[in-house]
Formats: sequence, structure tokens, C-alpha cells
Amino acid sequence: MTEINKDPLLSVRNLGVVYETSQGPVHAVTDVSFDVQENEVFGIAGESGCGKSTLIKALLRLLPDNGVATADRCDYRGSALMKMEGEAFRKEILWQEISMVPQSAMASFNPVYRVGDQVVESIQTHRKASRAEALERASELFDVVGLEPGLLKSYPHEFSGGMRQRAMIAMALSLDPGLIIMDEPTTGLDVLVQERILRRIREIRAELKSSIILITHDIAVIAEMSDRIAIMYGGEIMEQASTIELFENPHHPYTLGLKNAFPSITTMGTELISIPGSPPTLIGPVQSCPFAPRCPFDDAACHAANPAATEIAAGHVVRCVNYENSAQFRSLAKEKSTWLS
Amino acid sequence: MALREHYRIINSNKLSQFGFWVIILFTLVAIFAPWIAPHDPWEMTYDSNGNFASLRPPSWEFPMGTTHLGYDLFSQLILATRTTLLIGVVSGFISIVIGANVGLIAGYYGGKIDEVLMRITDILYGMPFLPFIIVLIALFGRQLEFIILAIVLIIWRTSARVIRAQAMSIKQRQYIQMAKARGASDLRIIYRHILPNVLPLLLLYAAFNIAWSIITEASASFLGFGDGETVSWGGMLYELWLSGKTRVAWWWFASPSVCIILLVTSLVFVSRAYEEVANPRLRKR
Repeated sequence: MTEINKDPLLSVRNLGVVYETSQGPVHAVTDVSFDVQENEVFGIAGESGCGKSTLIKALLRLLPDNGVATADRCDYRGSALMKMEGEAFRKEILWQEISMVPQSAMASFNPVYRVGDQVVESIQTHRKASRAEALERASELFDVVGLEPGLLKSYPHEFSGGMRQRAMIAMALSLDPGLIIMDEPTTGLDVLVQERILRRIREIRAELKSSIILITHDIAVIAEMSDRIAIMYGGEIMEQASTIELFENPHHPYTLGLKNAFPSITTMGTELISIPGSPPTLIGPVQSCPFAPRCPFDDAACHAANPAATEIAAGHVVRCVNYENSAQFRSLAKEKSTWLS
Repeated sequence: MALREHYRIINSNKLSQFGFWVIILFTLVAIFAPWIAPHDPWEMTYDSNGNFASLRPPSWEFPMGTTHLGYDLFSQLILATRTTLLIGVVSGFISIVIGANVGLIAGYYGGKIDEVLMRITDILYGMPFLPFIIVLIALFGRQLEFIILAIVLIIWRTSARVIRAQAMSIKQRQYIQMAKARGASDLRIIYRHILPNVLPLLLLYAAFNIAWSIITEASASFLGFGDGETVSWGGMLYELWLSGKTRVAWWWFASPSVCIILLVTSLVFVSRAYEEVANPRLRKR
């Protein structure tokens, strides 16, 4: 993989996560490699259960007890995250360097404390600051995300969904982290609030120079926000490229299918084409391309072995044995009959 | 929880209101016992005519009657309130502190720590309650401290189990995950994030533990394992049993029995109100 910048902020190579379950090991994430550059928005898209959330839980060591993460490399600004001592990781990396905006901000505040106290807590855990200083910082942050600083005194249940989401973003910004992971930051909000929050995220990024990993199943959001995009399916990154490259020159059949499933202004009025079938269960070792059972272009090679990732252009990585036929795939993928056969 | 919240919980129904005032009354009696009691608990009393007052039924002079040795039962009852409440509150408090810590730590850490702590509580569940206390008291002596110790050693087991279950469920909530992602330490998560969320349950079991301690103390005293130096409600019943006047002196067993029942049910009524907070399904719709 060609590095655009020689020193990426976060560099992950061959990350895998296995959950031990009563039905056998579940390979939730397999062989995931990516780089996040400084001041970049890196989007990860994929349908539910494709391993997006497990991936970030592995990065932040939030996996449940039965989950084990392994990686050849997982470096943040040169320090190997996986090899760090637990206490050091908790004190120096968590929130200080890598913070997150969780999937459901609704349930992410402790209901018994005021919102402001929770922001203060996250500051005081890592910095020597008096309560007054921390509160001062908290009201600055509330200002940044467009919330009235007086709301710091409120309890989480007094907030609307959009307010909680913004408060969560304020909290994620509290220590000026190098990387903010946003897991479905706009899911469950109406489009107006969604737009306001996305605008806020863009402004913050311009001002603060933090990098963002944006995780979502919403292609529209990811296309609008990201510099580069990784498409995940069945725990693997199927295709990875810069946003423009990915939308103009997609190679993987799954990417083509996903594109079909979203409306665009130019194709208004036409029926959307969905990909039939459902995602794999991921139980047991991966022995074929995870997308092969649903892929309209599958052949014997797809079912024989899991294809390796191939870099077809600078920064454009595809995991498909037939990537050379992508021009043909692209024209066929526009026909509904291709997907139904 | 704010004081106002407690006020609302207690006033949520008539029974808990009643229970609350009964507990307040008994507490006042316990605090001012030496000033309220007209006689010393072991003073042989004489009536206004100068006659020895042995086995007198309730009257204006002896509102709750007297024992065969002429002790004033009203005075005994009032001083016994002090002993009973002291044992109840102290062992209730200590047992809930132990139970909460064991439950929170076992529930939060899980794995081996949970295994060890829960096997210890299982062993305690295997112990028959009264015989264990009787053996402990027989071994160490009949002082108040040992009675409290014996009750505490047994009674924390239920609160530990219940709080463990609750802690395990709260541990899975998103806000605990977020606290972890924010870099909060384990102790901080346990005591600052999980504990406040099990508080209603904790108060409920604190009330249960106090009620159980009172009953246990009364039972142990009735069997003759109470502290001989102080009067207690169970101890009064034990004296009655020893005197052999059970069938004659109805007033002698009436007053301590009513007090035990009244105080324990009051505690249960108040704890029921807290149980509705801990378990909203019990609420009236």
C-alpha cells in the first residue's frame, strides 16, 4: 500500500478480532489494514454486522471478555497500541489521544449525573484542572458545538437526541485528541439535525486539525464527509480508495451493489436495486470470499480461497479475484436482472 | 438521590407513610429512653399502697403491667427499644456495606474474582441461620458486639447476590462503556458510575437487613443467647419463658411481641416503597 504521507497518524496492518462463542470462533474482523493520515476524515462504510463497531472496540480495548484482537501493526504516532501497558493506555491514549462519539448518544450519558459533570470528569481524569477550570473548558466546548453553556447544569434526560449528540461531540473534543472515532454519529436523528451536526463536524475539523474515523452505513453521509473510504463486508475491507476514486472508479462488486442501493439526484424516479441475500455469519475460519454467495459475478476461484488485497492504483485497494473485469461489472451492475439471477 | 426524592418515595403510599412515622417514633423512644422510662428495668416496684407489685396486669400505675419479680414492663420495653434499634441499625449498615462491595466487585470484574466471592456467599447460604449464630455466640460470648458480628456475618449474603446481579446488568450499559473509553479507572467506574445506579436497590436491602437483624436478635435472645447485661424485646420474652408464667401473664408477652411486629412491618412497608423505585413493574398504573 502506498503511503500518501510517510507518517500516518494511525497505521493498522492485518488486524483481526475473534469472538469465542458456544458455536465456535466468530471471525468478526479479518485482515484489516488501513492508514489514517493527519487531519483526514477516514470513512468506514458497511451494512450492520460487517464488523465496523468491533473494529473500533478493538482499537480502544473495549471488546467484551470473549473477544481477542491481534494485529501485525497498530501504531498511533509511532507507539504500538496493542503492546501498551493497560494503565498507560488508559491514562495516555484513551480520550487524551483517541476519543469517540458512540453509536447511541442517547444511552451514553450516565443518567444520574449532570451533563456538565460528565464533561468535567473526562477532563479531570487526564489533566490536572480545578473544577472551575474544567467547567470553563466545558462551556467553551458547548459553545463550539452550538449548545447553550447553561445546559451544562442539565441532566441527560432533559436533552433532545440532537442535543445529546452534540454534547457527546463536545465531550469527545474536550482534550483536543489527535483522532476522534465517530460511530454512526447521525443515526437516529432527523435530516435537519443530521445536516447541522455534519456541518459542525466539518467546522470542528477545519479548526482543530483532528483526524476523524467516521463509521456509518449511510453512503450519502460518508460520501459527503470523507477524504478516503473503506467499504467493509463480512469483517473485511472489500475496497479502499479516496472518495472520488471510489465513486468514479469502483472495482468491487459489493461497492457496485451498495452504490445501486442508494438514491442519487440524477437517477431520481428509478427503482433502487438491492443486493439479495443476507450477510455471512462469520462462524469458523474464512475459506472463500465472504461476498461470493451474494455476488452476481462469482466463479469457482471466488469459492476456493479468500482473495488477497490488491493495490490497483495508488491508495486504491481491492479484495476481489476478478478485479480486472471491473469495467464489465460496472455496466452489468446497473441492470436489475444481474442481481436477481 | 436528593432529600426531596426520598420524601416523595415515602409519601407515595399510606403504608410507607405509616411505617416511616412508626420508625421515627421508635427512634425517638430509643434516643430518649432513660428519660422516658419511669423505673429502672430491674427495679422491684411497689404500688401506691406500698404493696409489692408482682404480676400486675396493665393499669394507670403500670401501663404495661409488671413481671413476677415486680419489674415494670413499660420501662423494660422502652430501654429494650434502644438495644434493638442499635443492633438493627448497626448490623444492617455493616451488612449492606459488605454486601454492596462484594456484589459490585464480583459483578463488575466477573471471572475468577466473581467465582471466588460467589462461592463464599454460597457457603454462607449453606449455613443454617440460627444455629450458626448460636454457635458463634456460644464461642465468643454474649456481648452485644458478638451478637452484631454474628448477624452481620450471615446477613450480607442476600444483598451481595442481588447487587451483583444488578451490577452485571449495569456494567453492560453504554454509559459504562463510554466511561471506560474516557479512561475512567475501574474503581471510578464501580463507585462513581455503577454504585449510584444501584442505590434504590441498596436502600431496599438496607431496610431488609435491618428488619432481619431485629428478628434475628429477638430470636437469639428468646433462646437465651442475648446479652444478659441489657434488656431487649427478645430477652423480655426469654424472661417470661423462664418464669413459667406464659399462660397467666398475657400482658408480658403482648407488648414486646407487638413492638417487634410493628417495627419490622414498618421497615418492610418503607422498603416496599423503595422496591417500587428499584423495580418499576410493581408500580400501580
